[in-house]
Amino acid sequence: MTATGPATASVTAALALGDDALVLSHRLGEWAGHAPALEEEVALANIALDLLGQARVLLSLAGDEDELAYLREERAFRNLQLVEQPNGDFAHTIARQLYFSTYQHLLHAELAAGGGPFAPLAAKAVKEVAYHRDHAEQWTLRLGDGTETSHERMRRAYAALWRYTGEMFQPVEGLDVDWPALESRWLESVTEVLGRATLSVPEGPRTGAWSAGAGRQGIHTEPFGRMLAEMQHLHRSHPGASW
Amino acid sequence: MATAAAQRTARPQADGAAAREPADYQRVFDAAVAADERIEPRDWMPDAYRATLVRQIAQHAHSEIIGMQPEANWITRAPSLRRKAILMAKVQDEAGHGLYLYSAAETLGTGRDELLDKLHSGRQKYSSIFNYPTLTWADVGAIGWLVDGAAITNQVPLCRCSYGPYARAMVRICKEESFHQRQGYELLLALSKGTPEQHAMAQDAVDRWWWPSLMMFGPPDDESQHSAQSMAWKIKRHSNDELRQRFVDICVPQAESLGLTLPDPDLTWNEERGHYDFGPIDWSEFWDVLKGNGPCNEQRLTQRKRAHDEGAWVREAAAAYAAKHTGGAEAAAHETTGAERA
Repeated sequence: MTATGPATASVTAALALGDDALVLSHRLGEWAGHAPALEEEVALANIALDLLGQARVLLSLAGDEDELAYLREERAFRNLQLVEQPNGDFAHTIARQLYFSTYQHLLHAELAAGGGPFAPLAAKAVKEVAYHRDHAEQWTLRLGDGTETSHERMRRAYAALWRYTGEMFQPVEGLDVDWPALESRWLESVTEVLGRATLSVPEGPRTGAWSAGAGRQGIHTEPFGRMLAEMQHLHRSHPGASW
Repeated sequence: MATAAAQRTARPQADGAAAREPADYQRVFDAAVAADERIEPRDWMPDAYRATLVRQIAQHAHSEIIGMQPEANWITRAPSLRRKAILMAKVQDEAGHGLYLYSAAETLGTGRDELLDKLHSGRQKYSSIFNYPTLTWADVGAIGWLVDGAAITNQVPLCRCSYGPYARAMVRICKEESFHQRQGYELLLALSKGTPEQHAMAQDAVDRWWWPSLMMFGPPDDESQHSAQSMAWKIKRHSNDELRQRFVDICVPQAESLGLTLPDPDLTWNEERGHYDFGPIDWSEFWDVLKGNGPCNEQRLTQRKRAHDEGAWVREAAAAYAAKHTGGAEAAAHETTGAERA
């Protein structure tokens, strides 16, 4: 806590950021044993672990980390729809990573500089996320500018996830952020990387049929319920047990 | 040390001019092994020594990467965030071990692609223990405590193996394995002291993993195909049965502390030997699983091959990109391949 920031972290904001990290970490954890190369087993697990660490700090600001992760229903989760999207092929995972880590990097840099209740976490996270962003960028370049097949897969993946990117810039209560400025910097950064990867910025709306900000309001996509069922099943099968 | 260094410098190197007779090479190699010196990649070594090491290191590397599967099976269901973080880190370590070991094999002139191809086509094996399924969360604990415990017992002596790169990789691997073993023990302890259902889950897992863990040390000494030569070369330092006994002696008091029993009615302290006696191992099961008839042989290899095949386009793209962007003659050669592919 700093003297200039609010005394306590907003629970809404802690849940939004914490759920993003928790859910994306889970999705990346699904890659274990399935990655395209041994180096990627290490890299994806590394990113998943960073995100899980962030999630644990953030959820603990809002309550008990395990109760929040394992005992909430789908409608109570506040993560972006982007992070819950299934892994798909490696290109989809990389596209999701670039969209999200670029956002997270800009957001945490701003939160770290702001000195509010999230500043200590954000200062640590921004260093981790810089690596996540670099990883996604390096793969975007290789897949975009690799073979014809990889280019086409990468193009399709960026297009498929485009509709989930608008939600990232809906204001979150308790976060003192200049959202329109964040959005334009995000767009500039993603456009620049895609350009170097010989890919073009996808066309079409950046929000789906649901209103923008749906995930933040607890409206999720179908695969998310199945993800939670798997994640929560064991914990819920033994009420009150310690692990 | 100065003497040892001088001798090493004097040792003929595999790519050096053939200034000496093969018999001299063999004599210098034998002397180095006898003096407990390390054989390094550029040193001359007998073909059979090289082949034995490649076979053993490859099997070890394959075991690390196949061994990711039974544990990764529980990452998405880990019952607390703390346990999930520990398990992800552990599975990640195993991928890292695979990397060190494939690199160690590469110093002997055999690349990762070739070894993976042999794994995928069934020409090289991985440890049979990973052909057993992880049926409950407690299996994650049992694997850490028993399987990693057995692996450490096997691997600590390998830190003194005569081949330098393998020995050095093992130093690092053993440090991490010891963390894995402790987390498994601690996981089982939490279950054993937890609810009756959790305790039963822990006991069930130990009951299923105990005997397969004892089989990890390989067949009895009188039936072990490669042991004698490997011991003479100081690749292996102790016999299968010695290591198995050491493991049993370590586990019995640990099981007591855990409040769990080991599924062997013959397990008793033998005052005279200063060791625990244990019941007969069902070697027919061992050979059967080794031949491919274990519960998960098919599943493990299929998943490994699928991950490899589905990742082919990614690896090809990375190679094509490198060829386009690194320049030079080598890149030009790759570029041709890339163009053909496109």
